[in-house]
Amino acid sequence: MTPLVELQDISVRFEIGAGGLFGRARRTLAAAERVCLAVGEGETLALVGESGSGKSTLGNVVAGLQAPSAGSLRFRGRLLDAATWREARRAIQIVFQDPFGALDPRMPVSEIIVEPLRIQGSFSAAERAARAAALVEQVGLPKDALNRYPHEFSGGQRQRIAIARALSPRPALIVADEPLSALDVSIQSQVLNLMKELQERNGLAYLFISHDLAVVHHLVDRVAVLYLGRLVEVATREALFAHPQHPYTRALLDSVPRIGRRRPRGRTIGGEMPSPLAPPPGCVFHPRCPKAQARCRAEVPALDETGPGQRAACHFPG
Amino acid sequence: MTPLLEVADLRVCFPVRGAARGQARDVVAGIGYAIGEGRTLGVVGESGCGKSMTALALMGLVPPPGRSTGTLNFAGHDLNAQSPEAWRRTRGGQIAMIFQEPMTALNPVMPVGHQIAEVMVLHRGMSWPEGEQHAVGMLEAVGINSPAERARAYPHQLSGGMRQRAMIAMALAGEPRLLIADEPTTALDVTIQAQIVDLMRELQERIGMAIQFISHNLAVVSEIAHDIIVMYAGRIVEAAPAEQLFADPRHPYTRGLIATLPDFEHRLARLPVIPGVVASAEAGAGGCRFADRCALADAGCRAAEPPARELQPGHCVACFKAAP
Repeated sequence: MTPLVELQDISVRFEIGAGGLFGRARRTLAAAERVCLAVGEGETLALVGESGSGKSTLGNVVAGLQAPSAGSLRFRGRLLDAATWREARRAIQIVFQDPFGALDPRMPVSEIIVEPLRIQGSFSAAERAARAAALVEQVGLPKDALNRYPHEFSGGQRQRIAIARALSPRPALIVADEPLSALDVSIQSQVLNLMKELQERNGLAYLFISHDLAVVHHLVDRVAVLYLGRLVEVATREALFAHPQHPYTRALLDSVPRIGRRRPRGRTIGGEMPSPLAPPPGCVFHPRCPKAQARCRAEVPALDETGPGQRAACHFPG
Repeated sequence: MTPLLEVADLRVCFPVRGAARGQARDVVAGIGYAIGEGRTLGVVGESGCGKSMTALALMGLVPPPGRSTGTLNFAGHDLNAQSPEAWRRTRGGQIAMIFQEPMTALNPVMPVGHQIAEVMVLHRGMSWPEGEQHAVGMLEAVGINSPAERARAYPHQLSGGMRQRAMIAMALAGEPRLLIADEPTTALDVTIQAQIVDLMRELQERIGMAIQFISHNLAVVSEIAHDIIVMYAGRIVEAAPAEQLFADPRHPYTRGLIATLPDFEHRLARLPVIPGVVASAEAGAGGCRFADRCALADAGCRAAEPPARELQPGHCVACFKAAP
């Protein structure tokens, strides 16, 4: 089966301090390094990792907002270049974390939602209005929302507006970059249920970017774990949560606070993620890894299969 | 035994803009609770519930024109009745506070070691050289590597986790009996959050200070709190020992909050939800402030504000519908 979206050896590098007034040495920040990943039709894939892991950068690459420095991107098997992106852009939409910054404050909801259709140009005003009305209902907003402006809505409602806008060109994939993080706890589950419902109804795939593993466990089919721009583990939800193979995945799972479970003290990993400007040699996780040995400091581990539906980049998985 | 802190009928009100003189809005609407010596009280609630304003009232830092009334009985005297001069001695000395974003709480143009030393000079009567020396020891105590070097660093040169550790060191420098922590781990990654929670537990065991730990995250609070109060729209809706609260939540809001969290053990097709939007402090004037979102609410709930009832020893619930 052809995947919906396929990333092949995607790297994103930023040049820092190049030239400039003080002529500082040019340094390269690798936000993503040789990432290979695929999202299937109708699938929900989570990208998890801590701040600086490169998960938003990868999300932006998939959404066409960030050009990769190397590697290629395919959509339904076709290589995406300037020409083919035109078509794919309709099919890949994005929802951002901050529902306050993502909506134009001077536009009524009726226009915000169907702006993607207006830009496409192949719909009449009447068609757009009908679509806006249908979408407002689909995302659970009151009918009179259409004539109102973003500031009149709460955070949760604004996120519903942003989701409706993403849905308007009937996409095959929505990149959702921390869509719940700015919302109150009692509102998060409302939006989470809405995302599931919309997926079942429209056969959508999600690339769900999140740092919240409980939410990831609830929503997704597969999980990709990033550390310092590298993919360290990719697995089905069941496999990842039942038997994580990479020590970083294990550390993440151990760190999650849970009601009714005393987190094993002393099991948390020490240290912090190193600077992406100076990644450690060998396995980038080795300075924090309880299992690290000489080989880990010298040799970059490949992302190899460790079991059915599970791959980990570790010399000593399990 | 008298508790270290006993809060009674605390109100924080702000005048309503454009309204008649004397009309005010209660952001904190008459709450009471206590914290025992060496205990941790978790304060849970969503945005606008009044949890941060409660903390600011304890520090005497309610921003004007806001006003704080009620009694804040701390170690035998009422903080709300003390002079500005006495407030300055309490603040940073007996009661210290740490914030969500250390970058806004630390002085950006002063090395962190110097900022910690300042606390010891002001509150513990040390000389500057003594203070600077102790500051290095404090940084070491909160788990910062090469503390002598870090003491000379400016806040922007430290990572988020290290800044939070430095702020904890600064808060503890005055040897407080009560530490107020307002969302101390919210801006941190999950592995760093675990480190900071462990550090706070460890320091409490060593120093014996009481902690008021404020968070929107029930799971984090469950890791550190002995007792928990749940706030909604300026009121305490439920208060109980932590284990009791999670084992047998009685207020519909607390029950909803716990139920809406995704559970690793039981994966549900749909999560339970609390309908509606988070209420502001003036919601449901005269009645229960949660009534609009509550499945159990009836006319009685909207007519009168439910008083707190003690259903079991130490377990208080402000709900007409909670069965004894």
